[in-house]
Amino acid sequence: MPAATASQTIGPYWHLLEDPSWADLTRFGAKGERIALIGTVTDGDGVPVSDACVELWQASPEPSETWDGFGRAATDAEGNFRFITLKPGPVPGAPGANAPQAPHAALTLFARGLLIHLHTRAYFEGERLNDQDPLLASLDPARRATLLARHVGERDGLPAWRFDIRLQGADETVFLEV
Amino acid sequence: MSDAAALPFRPYRPGTQPPSDAPEYGSTARRHPIRPLARLPGGQTATEIRAPRFDPARYPATVDIARNGSHEAMGERIIVEGRVLDEDGRGVPGAMIELWQANAAGRYNHERDQHDAPLDPHFKGIGRLFTDQDGRFRFTSIKPGSYPWRNHHNAWRPNHIHYSVFGAGFAQRLITQMYFPGDPLLALDPIFNAVPDPAARARLVAQFDLSVTEPEWALGYRFDIVLRGRGQTPFEDNDFDGEHA
Repeated sequence: MPAATASQTIGPYWHLLEDPSWADLTRFGAKGERIALIGTVTDGDGVPVSDACVELWQASPEPSETWDGFGRAATDAEGNFRFITLKPGPVPGAPGANAPQAPHAALTLFARGLLIHLHTRAYFEGERLNDQDPLLASLDPARRATLLARHVGERDGLPAWRFDIRLQGADETVFLEV
Repeated sequence: MSDAAALPFRPYRPGTQPPSDAPEYGSTARRHPIRPLARLPGGQTATEIRAPRFDPARYPATVDIARNGSHEAMGERIIVEGRVLDEDGRGVPGAMIELWQANAAGRYNHERDQHDAPLDPHFKGIGRLFTDQDGRFRFTSIKPGSYPWRNHHNAWRPNHIHYSVFGAGFAQRLITQMYFPGDPLLALDPIFNAVPDPAARARLVAQFDLSVTEPEWALGYRFDIVLRGRGQTPFEDNDFDGEHA
């Protein structure tokens, strides 16, 4: 039986693939609560990571003709990324689990210096289901806070949520074993 | 749920994936998480088990990277043929593969690549493919050149093509590099050698294949990509689960 192929870094030249329109998940006309999901990626020295590829995937809403649920954004010179997406609803849990998970989006991070991508999740501060979410409940409060996007007013006329990603350090983002 | 498509994916097999922290590859030093990865209580959920499906109508395929309109890129023309499989050997149909690579002189068509080697106006170095019903794919390109990088003194990357693969579940997401057989730089490359298991490293190297090679046209290589399988490994109970044996 073959084992899964080994991961290798995305490297510094992955932008050859980049299509900036992919950062808008609503570009095919999806209807719903449009939001901006923004953030900054920093390394263990607090230095912006300016060559990262951030991918966003949401199992909610369900895929449709106007909605793939997937986007990709490059970080800029200051380490910033920006998606336009639909605010997710509750997400089904593990097979056999009855309770839904709190609304969240999956983020994967690829960059030079990452030999294998990192998985994390952006939850939304203030959501009623957050207290019952199995992953959030399993983390101590300081660690849990790294997974909560904060509402930070408006950006381009849309409600903006900030989700910063710290690769290393005291306030390192929670990354997931998937 | 009995639907096979709703089952979680197996963990990676030990040694088959590179660590986040690889001291020989300098850029990992300040970019790898120090804390252990958090586990999902109860295992993978819809977020990991499902995946975006890409409609080729919206994400058009490019199977001939060696050509830009009517112009041919400079370099040694190659054909790469292979399959995207899961760990049970089943083909993964409809998988989207993205490709990018340096030109024959070892330079990317990228503003941040300042290597003193010529750009080829007829070579963009990007492609997108979808696997067929059996998981097969095939594309034409030119063999990418080696290029220097600043990881250590006199560091050169082996010839490689970058692959980005989307499977049937987001837990199968893979970005990797395909190398070429007989490359003397492989033994010296910290990115390739960061994969601990020699067999897993060897599977990143394409095989020259005369049956893929087309007479008077292009050299052929074979490269299969394996994505994580769903459910339990058939031999898992014997090999790994000693506590319950």
